[in-house]
Amino acid sequence: MLKQRSLFWIYFKKNRLAIAGASTISAIFLMAIFAHLIAPYDPGETDIATKLAPPSFKHLLGTDQLGRDVFSRMLYGSRVSLSVGFVAVSISLFIGIIVGSIAGYYGKIVDSVLMRFVDIMMCFPAFFLMLTIIALLGPKIHHVMIVIGATSWMGTARFVRAEFLSLRERDFVQAAKVLGISDKRIIFRHMLPNALAPVFVTATIDMATAILIEASLSFLGFGVQPPAPSWGNILTEGRIYIFDAWWLTLFPGLAILITVLSFNLLGEGLRDALDPRLREEGIK
Amino acid sequence: MWDDILLEVRDLKKYFYPPRGVFGGSKEVIRAVDGVDLYIRRGETLGLVGESGCGKTTMAKLILGLVKPTSGDVFFEQRNIFKLGKRELRRLRPSMQLIFQDPYGSLNPRMNVKGIIAEGLRFHKLETRKSEEQRVAELLEMVGLKPKDMYRYPHEFSGGQRQRISIARALSVNPKFIIADEPVSALDVSIQAQILNLLMELKETLNLTYLFISHDLMVVKHISDRIAVMHRGKIVETATTWELFQNPSHPYTKMLLTAIPIPDPDIQRPTMSF
Repeated sequence: MLKQRSLFWIYFKKNRLAIAGASTISAIFLMAIFAHLIAPYDPGETDIATKLAPPSFKHLLGTDQLGRDVFSRMLYGSRVSLSVGFVAVSISLFIGIIVGSIAGYYGKIVDSVLMRFVDIMMCFPAFFLMLTIIALLGPKIHHVMIVIGATSWMGTARFVRAEFLSLRERDFVQAAKVLGISDKRIIFRHMLPNALAPVFVTATIDMATAILIEASLSFLGFGVQPPAPSWGNILTEGRIYIFDAWWLTLFPGLAILITVLSFNLLGEGLRDALDPRLREEGIK
Repeated sequence: MWDDILLEVRDLKKYFYPPRGVFGGSKEVIRAVDGVDLYIRRGETLGLVGESGCGKTTMAKLILGLVKPTSGDVFFEQRNIFKLGKRELRRLRPSMQLIFQDPYGSLNPRMNVKGIIAEGLRFHKLETRKSEEQRVAELLEMVGLKPKDMYRYPHEFSGGQRQRISIARALSVNPKFIIADEPVSALDVSIQAQILNLLMELKETLNLTYLFISHDLMVVKHISDRIAVMHRGKIVETATTWELFQNPSHPYTKMLLTAIPIPDPDIQRPTMSF
């Protein structure tokens, strides 16, 4: 165990981009957690006298059309983006892992039925499905989380299934069967732990996608509703003033870009670091 | 005399049907096991030899109920294992254990040795939580490892040591019958002898019965009471070890015997064709 972990670190540390991604994500997480301490103003506090003020020392990232401090709003908005990403990906992992492991372990008819269901789910244009569901349920933050999670688990399911199909033939799984261990225990104790590492890599990249989808939904007015701030709806509100107050659109846009980029870099770094290890295991 | 039979295999068949291609081209059916009859007496070691791909491993999986047969029966202590319910089979499982060929693939890399060996004990409630550690230590000593090794992970061990762990896991559930599927062919020659001797010792002390599968006749000769020769899914000859080496009756057996390397370059062996 130790050897594998340290090997992973050696590879991971070599990848500077991934380290940069990981540190950026940690910084963003810290900012989101301590938003109430860092933010210089209340995110809802309006001050018409200083509306649409450009970035200055008083208002780091300027103010919006109601005179609210954009920096403070973005700090609070990061909570929304990250928690949506986190919860949505957890939901998608949960469903994906369950469906994938059952399909991969039992195979045959169970596998066919579940995988055809996955195929059907993949046929829907996900974004429009989300818009429809949210239009029906009403735009609330937990609806956004559930809907993103419920429409993005198919990749994970396929992935876990593929891992399980190969793990099922491995000797240690056969040994557990010969010992008479229950299916449930074989799935959770023997197979899942050996299938999870690559799944978490894709989960990191899924985080980026989920954050992007939340921003898109909020931008279209289907996500977090104003006055609550989210990166997406700050962007929408600023859209009208894009020629007069560029800071209203530039900064939330940049925040989304940097976060998504960081998650992608981290995910790819993890995958690269994991790969030589997987290859090494394969040779044994 | 029939009370003495621990395991009986009757007309066992396993055919694999390759998936048809998109254009429906029919491929040949693979007859991995094609009508095998076999019996093993209590306390006996039956060697099963044959070349790679002749169906030895499929036989092992069939006997253990890991794969379903195309037809035929396997009786373990007069009970047909293919007619047992899922639960009954699970209860029977501990009596029949398997030792694998590849010591690197047969241990879960994410569990420590204690977890690996204690799992069967725990699941079948053979020991209490307290006595379990004692039992794992005992098993480790039995296979020539140290009790403190139980807190280490599989990758910290060599191939031979891993094979010992694998044996300890098989023994943990007090089996009566063990199938050893090429247990030494992945090991160094020097280690092979150690593992073989360990298996023979364990057989004596624990009253085990073995089905010993190998492609190496010399290894099988060393350990077996009787030998069954398998060729293309069929048993072509069964005889006691002495008889088989003295007086092989089937031409395939003769060919196998001549294929054994003679460890002396000056001796010329008569060549023969098959």
